[in-house]
Amino acid sequence: MKPLQSYLKRLLMAVAYMCLSSQLLNAQTDVDAIMLKKNVLCIGGMYVNDSWTNYWEGTFKRDNQNIGKVTTQMFGVMGNYGITNRVNVLFSVPYVTTKATRGTLKGLDGIQDFALMLKYLVAEKKFSSHDKLSVYAIGRVSAPLTNYVADFLPLSIGLRSKTAGIRALADYQYQKYFVSASGAYTYRSNIDIDRNAYYTTEMHYTNEVEMHDAASFNLRAGYRSKYWVAEAVFDKMNTLGGFDIRKNDMPFPSNKMNATRIGANFKHTLKAVKGLEITGGAMYVVAGRNVGQSTTINAGIFYLMNLSSRAKPVSNQQQITNLNEK
Amino acid sequence: MKNKVTTIVALGVMLAGVVLWSCNKSDLNDRSNEFPALEPANIDLNAGTWMPVLLTAADEFTVPAPIATNTPAYVAELNEIKAYQRDLTSQQKASIKYWSAGAVLRWNEILRELVARHNLPPYQNEDGTYPVPNSANPFAYPQFPFANPPFAARAYGYVSAAVYDALVAAWHYKQLYNRLAPYANDSSVQALVVKSNLPSYPSEDAVVAATSIEVLKLMFPTELAFIQKKADEHMLARIMSGANVRSEIEAGIALGRQVAAKFTTRARTDRAGQAGGNPQVWKALEDQTIAKGEVCWFSLETPKRPPMLPLFGKVKPFLFDSLTAIGLRPPPPPSTSSDKFKEETREVLFYSQNPTRERIAIVHFWADGAGTYTPAGHWNAIAAEEFVKENYSEIRWARNLALLNMALMDAGIICWDAKYFYFNPRPSQTDPSIKTLTGMPNFPSYTSGHSTFSAAAATVLGHLLPDRGSKFDDMALEASMSRLYGAIHYRSDCEAGLKCGKDVGQFAVNRATTDGAE
Repeated sequence: MKPLQSYLKRLLMAVAYMCLSSQLLNAQTDVDAIMLKKNVLCIGGMYVNDSWTNYWEGTFKRDNQNIGKVTTQMFGVMGNYGITNRVNVLFSVPYVTTKATRGTLKGLDGIQDFALMLKYLVAEKKFSSHDKLSVYAIGRVSAPLTNYVADFLPLSIGLRSKTAGIRALADYQYQKYFVSASGAYTYRSNIDIDRNAYYTTEMHYTNEVEMHDAASFNLRAGYRSKYWVAEAVFDKMNTLGGFDIRKNDMPFPSNKMNATRIGANFKHTLKAVKGLEITGGAMYVVAGRNVGQSTTINAGIFYLMNLSSRAKPVSNQQQITNLNEK
Repeated sequence: MKNKVTTIVALGVMLAGVVLWSCNKSDLNDRSNEFPALEPANIDLNAGTWMPVLLTAADEFTVPAPIATNTPAYVAELNEIKAYQRDLTSQQKASIKYWSAGAVLRWNEILRELVARHNLPPYQNEDGTYPVPNSANPFAYPQFPFANPPFAARAYGYVSAAVYDALVAAWHYKQLYNRLAPYANDSSVQALVVKSNLPSYPSEDAVVAATSIEVLKLMFPTELAFIQKKADEHMLARIMSGANVRSEIEAGIALGRQVAAKFTTRARTDRAGQAGGNPQVWKALEDQTIAKGEVCWFSLETPKRPPMLPLFGKVKPFLFDSLTAIGLRPPPPPSTSSDKFKEETREVLFYSQNPTRERIAIVHFWADGAGTYTPAGHWNAIAAEEFVKENYSEIRWARNLALLNMALMDAGIICWDAKYFYFNPRPSQTDPSIKTLTGMPNFPSYTSGHSTFSAAAATVLGHLLPDRGSKFDDMALEASMSRLYGAIHYRSDCEAGLKCGKDVGQFAVNRATTDGAE
């Protein structure tokens, strides 16, 4: 029992560092300042559970007893590979399922969008042995892997838009504490839906829907050590255009969708099994427009291996750069 | 260094891809923008003799003779055109192009847009009841109207029939006065529309706009500012294009208003105003169904919403009298206690549990639910895109849309009569494990409205455009089956709806063969 007790103690310590809550996909993401060293591969599975009862029609906040609680679950395979110490490539493939607890509408499920990210450590400046500043550029593209239905919100599994985005990220680390800020711009391609006419704020006689681009800002701060990362996150995402859901209307893929979220994440690298990482976190929408006021929890398990040394797992410290204790 | 370059190139490629995607995102290839200028193959000069719907005769309302083309007043009107044509802005040219696709077409599109904008079920009150839109206080929430499928079918019916009658009258006077178009009277007036031998007095465009406005004032009272602005743009486009002088427009407006008044008078007393019923009516529907030993419908919404327009089946039809309407009522659905009913419920459950991507696409293509122009609007859109290829005159456009929309309205009446006469439960009421792929409509199951509307429309369009073969019947069948695939209707609902719709459509076909236009 001793190892378990000590494990729980460390876990509680980590939780204590989280003051607020976080980002949907927290582990090995394109939003953090963690890089894998050259030839290191991190691969794993991720579970996300997102649910809401209240939502915003434009600025009008309401519930809807004809859908009850809407839950979206995501089971994802994710990976991260160190091409060099300064360049990582990441990918994710999610399977998504939706359901509503009330009313008659049927939930959907399917494989959603493939995402590919390239993370580049542009510059790093050490001010002393305790602190340093790193700057990253991250590119991201995504595209649907299947012909899933987009125009069945809130129960469609995704929006079908092909996206491409660029994020600039700055990370300042002082001893084991860090703060990261990033901003992203995402281009979203138009989508085709099953109808050939639809109304937004006017009639459109086409099956093509204009999807406006999106911008986001992300701030995270916390504790980062050899075995633990714990962080609080603030995230703001806005679509740069789109229209409001009218009172009692159905939602539509090209609605203006804004969300401000707070949350917390942790990542723990096990000592017992070399190369094994577990992640977890939660986020909550504190303000939104044409989105559900969701609570999102996530959990993941990842395995790190160094491909240059015959896939032999190695410790966190050996795999990950940008930890100031080295 | 090499890696740095590679990375920068990779990021650059990502960005370039992005920029390509983002180009022209707002150009959606909208089919409505692609319609060509109307160029009638036949001007239907004798259409003043066609049979009107409500007018007693084409000259029931008098249109005074136009001023002579050699008078200073007419010359002044030509000068107005010339003044515009000296310096047309790109916006004015775009307006001329837009309206040149045809007045009947554009005003039909405007109506579809109004329907979609107003097709929203009211949000509940705090106490779980629902507010009812009030035409006497149309701007208060919920705005009047809630343009649901029966309301919309009636609106399409009235506007289309009124526009047709007004054009029959207009054509009578066109032939009588035989006034040449401005560009034919004065060679220095440019024709920015396709030239036509059709006499230009009174202006058919003005007739269409004014008639539409008068009927829409009744149907969509909050939209007057919006539609008047459209009409002003339309009339100006006609003047700027050299197609009409102002007095031709004014004569058309005066005629359109008078003809429309006949239709609004009828609409005020056609029993649609009482179609919502009241709690006593709703209770009686339940009692009479229980008395028959059948399971009665209840609303699957929470809080329970009163049934949609339970007395719409009593509305006065256009194509037949009320007694005939009762004769068109379909036979009873399978009893809710019968094996057939259970078997059909299991079939719905199968489609609920086994959706394919193809079937979902069919369900959503035909869904035409909240926030859309409704099934009747969908069939107007289908018809319009076919009619565009036919190079019809404005009056043939109007006549064909009137036939279509009177059939759609009357199909709505017969279908709503059946729905509330039988008051049959939806599949998800019978078996709550049936989950649906589209919204559950808030009215009884038997017969399917989509099936009835679609078969009526397909029957009319099949008659008007026989060279299309079984195209429209195939579409109607797909629309009908979409409701089974979506798990909101039993097969019997769809089959009985298709048959009933076809019967109603046949009345429009019979009218078409005797109205003098074929």
